[in-house]
Amino acid sequence: MSGLSSDRRRRPRIETSTETGLAVQVTGATKVFSVARGKQVVALEGIDLGVAPGEFVSLIGPSGCGKSTLLRLIADLDQPTSGTVSVFGKTARQARIDQDYGIAFQQAGLLPWRTVAGNIELPLELHRASTAARRMRVAELLALVGLSDFADRYPDQLSGGMQQRVAIARSLAESPELLLMDEPFGALDEMTRERMQNELVRICAETGAAVVFVTHSIPEAVFLSDRVVVMSPRPGRVREVIPVDLGSAEDRGDDLREATGFFTAVSAVREALHGSPTETGAPARGVDNR
Amino acid sequence: MRTAGSRTASILAPVILGVLVLVLWQLAVVGLHIKPYVLPSPTAIWEQFVRAFDTVWSGTRVTGTNALIGLLLGAVLGILAAIVSALLRVFDELTLPIVTAMSVVPIVALAPVLYAMFGAGAETGRQLIAALAVFIPVYVNTLRGLRQVRPVHRDLMRAYAATSWQATRTVTLPGALPFLFTGLRIASSLAVISALIAEYFGGPVDGLGKSITSAASYSNYALAYAFVLGSIVLGLVFYCVTLALEKLATRHRPSLS
Repeated sequence: MSGLSSDRRRRPRIETSTETGLAVQVTGATKVFSVARGKQVVALEGIDLGVAPGEFVSLIGPSGCGKSTLLRLIADLDQPTSGTVSVFGKTARQARIDQDYGIAFQQAGLLPWRTVAGNIELPLELHRASTAARRMRVAELLALVGLSDFADRYPDQLSGGMQQRVAIARSLAESPELLLMDEPFGALDEMTRERMQNELVRICAETGAAVVFVTHSIPEAVFLSDRVVVMSPRPGRVREVIPVDLGSAEDRGDDLREATGFFTAVSAVREALHGSPTETGAPARGVDNR
Repeated sequence: MRTAGSRTASILAPVILGVLVLVLWQLAVVGLHIKPYVLPSPTAIWEQFVRAFDTVWSGTRVTGTNALIGLLLGAVLGILAAIVSALLRVFDELTLPIVTAMSVVPIVALAPVLYAMFGAGAETGRQLIAALAVFIPVYVNTLRGLRQVRPVHRDLMRAYAATSWQATRTVTLPGALPFLFTGLRIASSLAVISALIAEYFGGPVDGLGKSITSAASYSNYALAYAFVLGSIVLGLVFYCVTLALEKLATRHRPSLS
């Protein structure tokens, strides 16, 4: 159970170094769901994606483009119909068993019968960390997400934003090198959302974890990411990968939201999303342009 | 949210009604010269209750112990069976017809058979009858609760590579608790009723049920009613305790209904 140190981002990764050295590598992944009456839906087709250690990658696209499905494949919550997914050079399944990633969903998914501290320590408890180690780590994480005064509260006594912070703290409990986040701020109001984004940038800088972040908000994707993966629906494909270079975490504050570079990147992602009409037939729906 | 005034009213109203009924009952018995074997007056019943309190209390203890043992035994078995059913679909499919059949059997009807099985001097038969009556609502409700795991929690447990027992212990069981306690609250009344009615069919002569029948057969109707009063109190105690447990278990939950 290592502490949080800002130099972890640059630490050489001996244990994870493989031929590719990638945190996540998805190669030719296709996912077909069987629905009612023998019909099949192609959720993902021929997805190739690499995420470097410490890199923040957002998946953005209209509803039904398979971005959540792709995240679930990386998390080994679903398996690809064909193609491969590897996490730190292992199979996704092995990486899940080895607890190489932390995960957060749109719903905080806290256990209502456990206190905030009890929820955060859940993964540590499941993996048999000692009581003392658990207590220390929970205190660190509570400080990290600014909830030190709420350790003994129950989820029903917290606001939605606070619940989501608990969920993020929980996903960080085992100091994962990879964070998988499925629209974690999707249910929050705009102001809370921006504050949470600022916090996430800071947390990522402190922990040095690679992040795969599913969202349908363009500004959110641009603000947070090193690269934005734009996806298109039916079947879900990667349409374009847009590098966003907005500087290090220390430079990303509320000022950035007003900066020219930010708007340029937002426009680039928006153009990629909507594409040329002849290519898609119709403009992408369900994408949040705020 | 109820205001303090309406809460007082909601407690006061049934109390007033109860008192009114008792007064009317008393007036009717006295005024219409109703014979005690038809209906004894409330004061006569209360008099008997106070006079024979030791007997009522010891009968309550015997029946209460039988009901409690039955409740605990039936609840433990019901919970275990529900867990196995939730984990193994095969077991669920095997037990479904049996449980359905059991739920329509009047379980007290088994009393004479069980007395023959365990001997007429033993309380075992009564406890088993209470346990059987308890088993069904606890099993059905717990199983329903175990099936209510939220998808996000299921995903989390998988992401944590939790073993199936770990997932059961940390998510499924606590999530099922409110359902379990609802089952237990329903079962608590059944436990008392079954333990008491089972006494009508034989066995040792020490419980409330037996005391009611023997007092009635000696034409001591006021005393019979005093024992009935004891049974009502016993049933209420079981109900209120399990209701309190249910409230405790659902403290931090969003309402289920």
